[in-house]
Amino acid sequence: MKEIPAPEKIEDIEIRLLLEALYVRYHYDFRNYAMASIKRRLRQAREQLGFATISALQESVLHDTQMLPRLLGYLTIQVSEMFRDPSYFQAIREQVVPHLRTYPSLKIWIAGCSGGEELYSLVILFREEGLESRTIFYATDISQEALRTAEAGVYTLDRIQLFTENHRKSGGKSSLSDYYNAAYGRASFDKTLRQNVVFSDHSLVTDAVFGEMHLVSCRNVLIYFDRPLQDRAIGLFKHSLARKGFLGLGAKESLRFSAHSGSFKDFVREEKIYQRAGE
Amino acid sequence: MTEGRAQAIVIGASAGALEALSVVLPALPATFDLPIIVVVHIPPDKRSFLAELLQAKSKIRVLEADDKEPICGGTAYFAPPNYHLLVEANKSLSLSSEEAVLFSRPSIDVLFESAADAYGAGLIAIVLTGANQDGASGLRAVVNAGGTAIVQTPKAAFASAMPEAAITMCPTAHIMSLDAILSFLHEV
Repeated sequence: MKEIPAPEKIEDIEIRLLLEALYVRYHYDFRNYAMASIKRRLRQAREQLGFATISALQESVLHDTQMLPRLLGYLTIQVSEMFRDPSYFQAIREQVVPHLRTYPSLKIWIAGCSGGEELYSLVILFREEGLESRTIFYATDISQEALRTAEAGVYTLDRIQLFTENHRKSGGKSSLSDYYNAAYGRASFDKTLRQNVVFSDHSLVTDAVFGEMHLVSCRNVLIYFDRPLQDRAIGLFKHSLARKGFLGLGAKESLRFSAHSGSFKDFVREEKIYQRAGE
Repeated sequence: MTEGRAQAIVIGASAGALEALSVVLPALPATFDLPIIVVVHIPPDKRSFLAELLQAKSKIRVLEADDKEPICGGTAYFAPPNYHLLVEANKSLSLSSEEAVLFSRPSIDVLFESAADAYGAGLIAIVLTGANQDGASGLRAVVNAGGTAIVQTPKAAFASAMPEAAITMCPTAHIMSLDAILSFLHEV
């Protein structure tokens, strides 16, 4: 008799099939994401959405379009903070901004903007530095729900203390409370912060180059990709950046292993801020 | 205790971690050839010096883990502050910014569950001192995948809650003093 494979292996097959189904049916491509995290989140989704198996979840998501956003909510979850890693924003302020000042108009791309924390951090920083009015901020994500959250700019008050502390440590020149109204346990960020922001659906996996940017900030997004996909995204950033434009990554991300590393130089090494090499 | 050769060790520790790990890691010989992957609960907003401190005392390599780093033997990898650390099926490490689990990022459960998937019966998981419940359900996943579960004797631990929670969830775990854990590791 043929040996029956262990249950774990069946789950791996189901996950592969579900990701393929998501791609074929909806063009959401998670197939080259780092699998350990995807697996964990699919298990969570299966359990909390009440399915006995990943296959049952797959059947539902194929036939019921209402299930898609719910599942994507699990797959795209990313928990950030405003001014996460204050030293990164301090380096942007003190070392990148002086270069950006020399341009009459600026384009900034926040790739994988998730709930908008990084976006608002940069808009506030640019306002403090007097650059906001000449800047267009492009905030992109694959998740419509994330884009809606980012566009709403509403965060629970229990997170504001951390945001405020981070902002102060990053060298903030104003008080974070200048930018939001608190009511009913929530802080709503001022809509004027969004006046120069374009929110857009964009996938680093399947979509193309975005436009000529002066700064691309993409923090803690690449860690969800496998190596080849990381390289694809870095290639996109390279082609989206103006000559001598800047690329900022997360504290534990780097271009060290990328095929594109030769196209960038370290600008602020310890903060993972790179500059596109001039031709 | 393990059938076949162990392939990797994962360790979770919280309150009192530095003292406990200062007993374990420096005692391993330079020839120790298994990878050790460690989650210690550390503050999210500060640089961690754990790896550097322990490297200074140890004969094996001790590093803070990098994203997508291939896992090598004879090396202890520590989760960086404010990231989960996971093991991929191809035996590399990845980091994640998902939500905290039991208020912790890094989370011991997240590491143990992913390592159980990657190594199955080839995994040895050790829960050391700590004052919360993290690691208990991860240890259960290790046992379910056929791996070896070890818990530090709660009474001898600096903080007993974490080993106690692990034992409650995994009654078959081997309960050992730090010395016994060390002699066990010398023989794997």
